[in-house]
Amino acid sequence: MERIPILKMGKFLLVTIQVDLYDRLALNLEEDLIQMVFKTGAKGVLIDISALSIVDSFMGKIIGNIAGMSSIMDAETVVVGMQPAVAITLIELGLPLSGVHTALNVEKGMALLESRMITGQEDDTTADDD
Amino acid sequence: MTPPLMMIKENMAIQQERDLIFCRNRVKEVAGKIGMGLVNQTKLITATSELARNMLIYGGGGIMRLEIITRGKLEGIQLTFEDKGPGIADVDKAMQDGFTTGRTLGMGLPGAKRLVNEFSIQSTPGKGTTVKILKWKNG
Repeated sequence: MERIPILKMGKFLLVTIQVDLYDRLALNLEEDLIQMVFKTGAKGVLIDISALSIVDSFMGKIIGNIAGMSSIMDAETVVVGMQPAVAITLIELGLPLSGVHTALNVEKGMALLESRMITGQEDDTTADDD
Repeated sequence: MTPPLMMIKENMAIQQERDLIFCRNRVKEVAGKIGMGLVNQTKLITATSELARNMLIYGGGGIMRLEIITRGKLEGIQLTFEDKGPGIADVDKAMQDGFTTGRTLGMGLPGAKRLVNEFSIQSTPGKGTTVKILKWKNG
């Protein structure tokens, strides 16, 4: 069965969607990602959708699901690279993807995840100092 | 000199998930051919995806008819989604945001309507549902 590869980069998981998504493929990705978060103890998931020319309500729902499930598993999700036309369309469709972190590109997305990790560590350090 | 009108009128069957991809790609291709801008193309393809999926999930599959339409100086694409499924008992309710009887978000019909210039729906319980949308090139 066709599957979208998930790469592990340090504490994060990286997914680059390069093919047209059909529903089954999106559902497989959702399942695989959650399994990977569990297995690797990843602290962040970065999903690059720069190659997607559309995101409809079903894919939007899957992205929301992934973010929600990861959050329960103590991992943050960042969606990066959304094309401007896709963003315009999503808002008119009525799907603002609220609750999902976004960044302009992979680099900024990684930086966002890193910064959130550092914030987490600082909290720990402060606790130690006390 | 007016450019020659492109005549396209074709039917595509939607019977499985992968057909959604073929439909979206064909609509994108034709939209590109008539010179529709990227944002309008994306809106039209997204509406196509929503309606084709609805037809697949709730109508047991069906046919999408793709036509290039001209009205005066306006040129656009008209898509008709026709299924012979169970039909929709309450069309007004189905047009409300968030109303769903199944596993989708309930954004399909109202969302698709917001993305196009013209939208009409006809449904007869027990006979099927027809949804027609139109998107102008510059609309």
